Amino acid sequence: MRINNYHKAVSLEDAYEVLKKNGQNSIIAGGAWMRLSSKEIETAIDLSNLGLDQIVLADNSIKIGAMATLRDVESSDLVQALGDGILCQAIHKIMGVSIRNLATIGGSVIGKFGFSDIMTPLLVLETTLEFYKKGKISLEDFLESKDREPDILLHIYLKKQDTSGYFYKMTKNSLDFAVVNVAISKTNNQFKIAVGARPSIAHLAQNAMNYLNGEKVINDEVISKAVEIAMQEFKFGTNSRSSEEYRSQIAAVYINRGLNEVNKR
Amino acid sequence: MKIKVKINGYNKTFDVNPDEYLLDTLRANDYLSVKKGCDNSSCGVCTVLFDGKPVPSCSLLTVKTEGHEITTVEGIQKDAERLSEYFGHQGADQCGYCNPSMALTVYALKHEIKNPTDAEINDYLVGNLCRCTGYQSQHLAIKKYLEDDQL
Amino acid sequence: MKVVNHELPSIDGKGLMMGRPAYTDDLAERNSLIVKVLRSPHPYAKIVKIDCSKARALEGVELVLTYEDFERRPFTRAGQGYPEPSPHDKFVLDQYVRYVGDEAVVVAALDNKIADEALSLIDIEYEVLEPILDFEEAYENKIVIHPEPEIHDMFPIGFEPLKNVAAAYHMHVGDVEKSLNESDVVLEQSFYTQAQAHAMMEPHTVNARIDYQNRLMIYSSTQTPFHVRRIISQVLDYPLSKIRVIKPRVGGGFGGKQAIHGEILVSAVTLRTGKPSKMVFTRKEVFESSYSRHPMRLDIKLGADKDGTLKAIDCYVLSDTGAYGEHALTVFMVAGSKVLPLYNKVDSVRFHGNVVYTNHTPAGAYRGYGAIQGNFALESAIDMLCEKLNMDPIKFRQKNMILEGETSPIFAIMGEGTEGTAMFMESCKLDFCVNRGLELLDWKHKYPRVKQDNNKVKGVGMAIAMQGSGIPYIDMAAATIKLNDDGFYNLLIGATDIGQGSDTILAQIAAEALGTTLDKVIVYSSDSDLTPFDTGAYASSTTYVSGNAVLKAANDMRKMILTEGAHALGVDVKDIEYDGVVLKTKDNEITLKQLSNRLYYNEDQKQLTSTNSYVGTKSPPPFMAGFVEVDVDTMTGEVDIIEYVSVVDCGTTINPMLARGQVEGGIVQGIGMAIYEEVLYNKKGTLITNNFLNYKIPTRLEVKKLTTEFAVSYEEAGPFGAKSVGEIGIDTPPAALANAIYNAIGVRITSLPITPEKILRGINELRGQKNGK
Repeated sequence: MRINNYHKAVSLEDAYEVLKKNGQNSIIAGGAWMRLSSKEIETAIDLSNLGLDQIVLADNSIKIGAMATLRDVESSDLVQALGDGILCQAIHKIMGVSIRNLATIGGSVIGKFGFSDIMTPLLVLETTLEFYKKGKISLEDFLESKDREPDILLHIYLKKQDTSGYFYKMTKNSLDFAVVNVAISKTNNQFKIAVGARPSIAHLAQNAMNYLNGEKVINDEVISKAVEIAMQEFKFGTNSRSSEEYRSQIAAVYINRGLNEVNKR
Repeated sequence: MKIKVKINGYNKTFDVNPDEYLLDTLRANDYLSVKKGCDNSSCGVCTVLFDGKPVPSCSLLTVKTEGHEITTVEGIQKDAERLSEYFGHQGADQCGYCNPSMALTVYALKHEIKNPTDAEINDYLVGNLCRCTGYQSQHLAIKKYLEDDQL
Repeated sequence: MKVVNHELPSIDGKGLMMGRPAYTDDLAERNSLIVKVLRSPHPYAKIVKIDCSKARALEGVELVLTYEDFERRPFTRAGQGYPEPSPHDKFVLDQYVRYVGDEAVVVAALDNKIADEALSLIDIEYEVLEPILDFEEAYENKIVIHPEPEIHDMFPIGFEPLKNVAAAYHMHVGDVEKSLNESDVVLEQSFYTQAQAHAMMEPHTVNARIDYQNRLMIYSSTQTPFHVRRIISQVLDYPLSKIRVIKPRVGGGFGGKQAIHGEILVSAVTLRTGKPSKMVFTRKEVFESSYSRHPMRLDIKLGADKDGTLKAIDCYVLSDTGAYGEHALTVFMVAGSKVLPLYNKVDSVRFHGNVVYTNHTPAGAYRGYGAIQGNFALESAIDMLCEKLNMDPIKFRQKNMILEGETSPIFAIMGEGTEGTAMFMESCKLDFCVNRGLELLDWKHKYPRVKQDNNKVKGVGMAIAMQGSGIPYIDMAAATIKLNDDGFYNLLIGATDIGQGSDTILAQIAAEALGTTLDKVIVYSSDSDLTPFDTGAYASSTTYVSGNAVLKAANDMRKMILTEGAHALGVDVKDIEYDGVVLKTKDNEITLKQLSNRLYYNEDQKQLTSTNSYVGTKSPPPFMAGFVEVDVDTMTGEVDIIEYVSVVDCGTTINPMLARGQVEGGIVQGIGMAIYEEVLYNKKGTLITNNFLNYKIPTRLEVKKLTTEFAVSYEEAGPFGAKSVGEIGIDTPPAALANAIYNAIGVRITSLPITPEKILRGINELRGQKNGK
């Protein structure tokens, strides 16, 4: 990976102007994943001076700056208190402490990485992204969006609610990418189910959620049926880590376990 | 471009390209304790402290260190020496290649978490790979070092 | 004993943790040319056009070398004694490339950036050839990977390259077919073991310069500095006397540095430019372009009688040596020679097989060296046989395994590429190891399984293993001891410390024999000019072979001191009492310190130096029993390793702490091979697992508890009763884990690694069978 110029932005406007100037200009966050890429960056724009690394309460949400490191987020009491701490659990399992001191939450979200362990819990919490130009957009809409216009991610908002949460990352080894990951939340008796690293990116099991959230009584039979429906709506794939068949079997087991656990609380 | 950064308490100026990584800058400037292992932050041997926090120097652009403080094991010699004694008494020192980065990470750990449990120690160090020891002797050494350090 | 068998800290741990420059790249010249290699993107291809003009014209590029720049001289890169038992099938650079990552063009430039740019400016065209990517298709395939007329073996090893065979071997004792026919029960099973990467923390690296005596001087991260020197001399046709190879501190080898990596290329560049040069492998190059473990298929047949007597073992091995034949014959033979003797009372045994070429990354030496593959197959098969016999696997092993005082005909037959050496087990505590391990793991309360509440089952399994202590009549080691003023010593040894602590334990042996303390023995090792010869760190030879050489040299030095002391005191040697510090007579004394100063400065001045060598006349095996407890999730196949118990007989432990370090390090590497390490290629023959993101090695969260104990044992032929211990730790985990998982849930996995996916598939099959009924 080559970088020809480096610019430390003095304001958001400044950063955006430089970004627009050249299609090969790019925001660099922590730079943790950059070594994997072979692209050429004309000017790398650094946002470190813009105070975008704070984690605070803003109205009814936890407002996380896009430049906050994964470790910052993982260590935040505010984030830990939300959804039984599933976002912290997920971050905690990403590689080691040192890379989490470098990688930013913004950089980890914006890449829409299939292997992401963060995307899955973010989907089952109420997550909104705030961009410089396009303003606020829900995470689900962001994932669907094909918009390629240059923009800068500023904040990630997590709605503060009384939520029970469950997260499991099935992996061959503590430092590996997930074979599959599962996140479940229950807020006011409404469930959300997401599965990621399929190997493709995390997705909500909308049909299963609709079914589950329409039932008055949640028992073993209902949970099993919800799992069945969820399995219909997910596409799994085969790669060097796992076969499609194994991924789907595991996902089914952990969705079941997660629903059971979250239901108890 | 010229970068001003503090290394082990000394003010340094480096002239680097924007895409130069701190690991290469450090080794080219005789900080030979910082080692190259894997090129993509998966092994831990290049760990340095960035304002006291462990980071992989192979993935940190030197230009991003301007105005910050970097610590290599050359800057924590007494702690490294003490830790090496604990390693020595457990037979936890084999090839030694991962040891300086281990010393830095333990140093950061003891400043970040007081009285860490076994699980906390393992979690904090999980990114520092070792292929020689099987980890148990290292763990016993680090645990004892941290316990004695508290006193 | 005052020094040996004491838990003394290593002599170098402190300096290394404190970051003192000590490794190969730390010692490179500042202005070294950077050497980089353009590597083949194809698994098998012929270079039909190379145009290096643009690369040569780039400012800062000093040299570009292709196959046309080297004399065509076949050699082997394997670091072994001469003549090597590996085929001479490699040229420095060739017109053919035989695996993805093979060397095509070499560039030397002023810095990394220029070198990279030069590589991209090389105009190279390949004629892509059809590769062989499945080792089971290689034998007599119409595709021939090595058709070159010049390649050859150094002595018969079954080398038939036109059939894609790098080596072959056959041996039998008795009539195996007959024994199997006469057995009450026969067990037949094939096992597959995968390629494993060493994943040592320090990538391969080497640097060279021409010194002021106009000699080529090389620092290399290697396990075999003397073999490296010899090979460079032969291949580049450069006088041996003008080459110096030094091995500095090495960040791990495990066999992966027991062969040439960049030494020849860097030497060629420095010789041709007159300038210092260096090469540092990227991690990708370590995975793709160094070596990995030989994958094998092992076809096992066992025959036994109803009463549990093992009567016959038949073992056929097909081994994949990849694109070149380094260590092909010897690894394959060790799969038999260091495994089959475990059951020495059989009527008949046969070991045979082929090692074939494929277009994969070359396989090479790796801790265990065939024994881990053979152990997985045999020890799994033994448990399977016990199931058929309805016999307890512990009792079966106790009935059939080798014991102290016994021998096996295999020792006499199988050596390393040559005939073997008969030997009786002067020390073998395998029976103790098994019994003690049962105790430590609380086997009787846990075998075979304990069901848990939450869809989990705990199970236990075990395996026994043996290895060797050097290669008899081939491995030679030597040591020189020099007495300094002030009464301390220099110990000069060829033995190669690659992190296993040989510098420390050899100093301990010397200190014990000299009657001094460890801090008075200063070690300098692995310098082809200044230290005497040693074959290198492999075949578990250091403690036993190098240790014996050190012991002999130390005893010689002690005699010299007595002679000089006698002279200084005016008495006969027999009148002196010497404890290593003071030489006493009835009414006089002189300290070693005083004597040494006198010898340097005052009277009868002379430099006392002793040198001695050792070649083994046998290879006394270390033994071990490995036990493991696992917890299996029956809904997902995930396995937790709760505890691994190792009880080891390696004779006297020169340093119990460092010995334990060798065992534990080996156990964890063996666990890695057993449950998730896997070298994986895609359909095009390119390595998928070419970085640490895709190739995972055990982390500190993987194993909950390691318990290691050593049997009280004494090997007469070893220094202070010691045998070697460097490899034995790695051998048992694959079979122990396979057996434990079978005992837990009835699923038998016969191909490594044992992944959760394979386990779940097995569980589902069992469930399907149950439901089918």
